Amino acid sequence: MKILVCVSNVPDTTTKIKLSGDMHSVDLANVQWIINPWDELALTRALELKEASEGKIEKVTVMLVGAKSAEPTMRKALAIGADDAVRVDAEPLDAYFVAGQIAGAIKDENYDLVFCGIESSDYNGSAMGSMLSEFMNIPSVSSVSKVEMDDDQIVVNREIAGGFEVVVPELPFVAIVQKGITKEPRIPSMRGIMMARKKPLKVVEASGLEALTEFVKYEPPQPKAACKMIDADNVAELVDLLHNEAKII
Amino acid sequence: MSKVLIYAENFDGKFKKANFEIVSYGAEIARQTGAEAIVLSIGNVPDEELKQLSVYGASRVLSFNDGRFDALENQAYASVIAQAVEKEGAEIVVFSNSNTSKALAPRVSVKLKAGMVFAATGLPKSIDPFMVPKKVFHGKAFADVVIKSPIKIICLSQNSFGITEDAKAVSIETFVAEIDDTVFKTRVTNVEKATGKILLNDAEIIVSGGRGMKGAENWKPLEDLADILGAATACSRPVSDEGWRPHSEHVGQTGKIVAPNLYFALGISGAIQHLAGVSSSKVIVAVNTDHEAPVFQEADYGIIGDVQKVLPQMVEAFRKFKSEN
Repeated sequence: MKILVCVSNVPDTTTKIKLSGDMHSVDLANVQWIINPWDELALTRALELKEASEGKIEKVTVMLVGAKSAEPTMRKALAIGADDAVRVDAEPLDAYFVAGQIAGAIKDENYDLVFCGIESSDYNGSAMGSMLSEFMNIPSVSSVSKVEMDDDQIVVNREIAGGFEVVVPELPFVAIVQKGITKEPRIPSMRGIMMARKKPLKVVEASGLEALTEFVKYEPPQPKAACKMIDADNVAELVDLLHNEAKII
Repeated sequence: MSKVLIYAENFDGKFKKANFEIVSYGAEIARQTGAEAIVLSIGNVPDEELKQLSVYGASRVLSFNDGRFDALENQAYASVIAQAVEKEGAEIVVFSNSNTSKALAPRVSVKLKAGMVFAATGLPKSIDPFMVPKKVFHGKAFADVVIKSPIKIICLSQNSFGITEDAKAVSIETFVAEIDDTVFKTRVTNVEKATGKILLNDAEIIVSGGRGMKGAENWKPLEDLADILGAATACSRPVSDEGWRPHSEHVGQTGKIVAPNLYFALGISGAIQHLAGVSSSKVIVAVNTDHEAPVFQEADYGIIGDVQKVLPQMVEAFRKFKSEN
């Protein structure tokens, strides 16, 4: 069995987002890049499954669509424990473009299970994994909060309003995962970092697919009015403000 | 006449506020573009419930019902939606930003080669080019996105447009789609669902506790406050990581993104990851011992104090208010 984990390279969550002078782009100089948090959870869970599978899962591959500058993020994924990595050499223009590129790059690879994070923390698209499953014409389960292996089956929990469903999909399928699938993302060990340098990182050319959307302009959020402070001994004032000023209760 | 098609997901045969909002939104786009607003529903929904959607401006409701659609099979559902868009010749397709929309809209996008914007925050700013505003970097910036394809898909951020009434005469029509048995490839073997609980994504008010609550055993007054206000309970990440509260209550970047009318951050310092999940709330009230806690940057009303002491007072004050109003 082979698992593919799709990762994206995103600015660290605590990064201050600076816009370019003309507001047409985000100024990415001096940004610290990380593996998208949901993808990192997905990778961690894929590795846990592999380790517990007694050899049934032979390989965990990470896949990224991006320029060469994204390779440190891929090396980090290898250091965490992925066996090999593939980069499609193209700027990730939009989710449709990325999903189409990945589908093209893996069409002869026969992955049994594909993991994608439910969202990317940069453009908050929430679309890539489901698009990939459609390009591949295979089933998908989204909002996955648990993944287990049961003999040769994969069993997942899908979060629904107020609870969850246990779902058994036919393989291959795409699992679009969220919080809960593993407790914490794995941190690379020193040995992992040394080994990552020697692990294969393949670069493939992009196909001629075109993006369907384009980000044309950015705006900073509206500045927020100062917080109105209320004395801790006068909670009644809070109730009054929420009722008469904010008119929210 | 051009058409706007709105996909309305039902919850056990019923619609929720989020549906009324996207119908209102789709109907407004239809008005501005001289188009017709059509709703598609999949599953077993009574006619009375379907008719309700006309209150928000839908003039036709297409209802697709098939015994094989009891559980969510993404490929099958997306195929019905894509067939409806094609049959009607709709140019704009509207979804909510729910978990189900995340599973379906991207598939419809690929089927129809239709560009999609997820978590749009308002009406299109222009029709040609078709430009939609959305939040990026979890609210640290906004962006205008142009959709270049002939068919456009918008998933609207909850509570970003509101509900507007515009009652129309409505026709309820049975929709027929061809769905092959071979796309049913996932099997639901069990369902666990809490009943009678207010769900985070439906809640108008959310009462949320953080590390300042000091332990699972201190949650009673927080739950009391939620009860009094008819609110849902939530928590910050350290709280769910510690196991004081279930993961399903975790609000923040990697947990749930919420947008209630009123959000109480109690003993939550407001790490950037937490604020990313709550910054769309209309009003935020924060209680924290540290006056420099980042949560006060985002809050509208703040109390500096120990939540253990302030919370019981809040319970009393809101109880009194509720008994008088």
